[in-house]
Amino acid sequence: MSPLLEVKGLKKRFGGNEAVSDVNFVVNAGECVVLAGDNGAGKSTVIKMISGVLPPTAGNVYFNGELLTGRSPEGVRNTGIETIYQDLSLADNLDPGLNLYLGREKVKRIFGLPFLDRTTMRNDAAKVMKSLGIEVPDPSAPVRDLSGGQRQAIAIARAIHWQAKLVIMDEPTAALGVPEQREVMALIEQLKEKGVGIILISHNLPDIFAAADRIIVLARGVVGGERRPADTNDEEIVRLMMGATVSDT
Amino acid sequence: MTNHKTGASFLRSLLNAWSWLFLAGILGFFEIYAQIETGNTFLFRLYNVQSIAIAASQILLLALGLTLVIVAGHIDLSIGFTTGLSAVAMALMIRWLGPEAGWLTVAVALAVGVFAAVVVGLINGWLVAYLNVPSFIGTLGTYGVARGAALIIAGGATVSIRSEEARFIGNGDILGFPVPVVIAIMLAVICHYLLTHTKFGVHTYALGASRASVERAGIDVNKLLITLFIISAVSAGIGGLVYTGRFSAGAANAGEPILLYAVAAVFIGGASLTGGQGTVVGTVIGAIIIAVIQFGLVFSGLPPYWQFVAVGLVIIVAVLVDQSKAKLTGGRS
Repeated sequence: MSPLLEVKGLKKRFGGNEAVSDVNFVVNAGECVVLAGDNGAGKSTVIKMISGVLPPTAGNVYFNGELLTGRSPEGVRNTGIETIYQDLSLADNLDPGLNLYLGREKVKRIFGLPFLDRTTMRNDAAKVMKSLGIEVPDPSAPVRDLSGGQRQAIAIARAIHWQAKLVIMDEPTAALGVPEQREVMALIEQLKEKGVGIILISHNLPDIFAAADRIIVLARGVVGGERRPADTNDEEIVRLMMGATVSDT
Repeated sequence: MTNHKTGASFLRSLLNAWSWLFLAGILGFFEIYAQIETGNTFLFRLYNVQSIAIAASQILLLALGLTLVIVAGHIDLSIGFTTGLSAVAMALMIRWLGPEAGWLTVAVALAVGVFAAVVVGLINGWLVAYLNVPSFIGTLGTYGVARGAALIIAGGATVSIRSEEARFIGNGDILGFPVPVVIAIMLAVICHYLLTHTKFGVHTYALGASRASVERAGIDVNKLLITLFIISAVSAGIGGLVYTGRFSAGAANAGEPILLYAVAAVFIGGASLTGGQGTVVGTVIGAIIIAVIQFGLVFSGLPPYWQFVAVGLVIIVAVLVDQSKAKLTGGRS
């Protein structure tokens, strides 16, 4: 089976500073790959080059065998790659349905005039959320009334509803309490079951071991090591995260 | 926990409805006052209702478009002088074409007045969207430009006209409803439709809550901002056209006394300076509250200057209510 996403020789230079030197990895369908690394290891830069926000200095990204590099962020999203940033990019004052459909709202016509079809959008949101095991008490309430885990679920629901094949998540549990972190971990399992590939950015060891099928450790802009959770332990991952940093300076 | 939650949500709905309660309160107050002092009714006299409706519609013509801009998290300070610019442009056009052509002259003059407003809105939108100028500063700049332009083309004076058709727009009535009130109602319906039933409205609310959410959704933020500022300017411009009709004269400072009231009406109506909140219905209530205060105080025989004090106090109450609402939502921004 050919990989879902293939990153080949990715390199990014900002002025004289090489943030990412030579990064190679693949992600398969239904697999969660964790990009681990300390701050400044180049995780975010790699993600931005995949999602089309930053053009790479060298190297290419292939999605389902097709060249992805060079497309706009919107073009990348249209191929089926959804990026969920830490701030979730939700409009807090709108209900889950409108957040799910933001930019692609459903409209019905009354006397030829377009009217938002809020009911359908709300029901669709409730349906997707339910498939993730989350019951929203009041589907017409703005999402600021929801818990951190439920808000994360809306961002994930957006990816599922628009049939993303790969979801990139940037530190999804960083701002959450322990029970909500568990909710998010459960959501990631659900995505995997649906055959969605996942890239998870994290430097939180429990998260890494809970979610990963493979751990790719970035240090100083290169892949410092690639391990399966069963074949490694906390210490080794930390050593890989720190390793290159210590030996370079 | 549950009790605490229902208590908070009850308090929140009370705070959301405060402007309605406040309006009911001041209407009740003036009614009782009138009954005791004069033995007459305040509320059930056609003259009083019409006067309040006309005053409210003058405020609304500026406040309706502004509501959309404030919901998007911006402000438009130029509206007061966009009103003046459109008023002067219309008056000059009627003078130039001559009133003999009747409705044709007035139609062309109205179009020119609206066009002048569109130009101001385009400039505002361009400054905010493409040059990233904060709207407070950008529209403060165009406030000066629009004011100066109106004074320059009017030669510093009021441009009086004689046109029955223009007079009708400011003073006529349709089935007993004053034309300015009819125009304000129509504009309110359009703005309400735009804000609550269209994609454009949803994007406006989303922009007020989080610019990132709008950008992520692939929505063209620049186009959205320019459209919003054009709507705000055209709304204020229509206010100028009605002014010229009402006084048979265009004046550069036509909107000056109303600017503050328009901003106040939007905030009294439940909008927030941080954006993402506010409704057209709220703004309508806000404008009616101000109009009732204005008319009620004059009706009570107090010196008219008290209206500034009263409206100022209501603005402060509105801000306090907005802050307590933010606290009740758990401080999540």
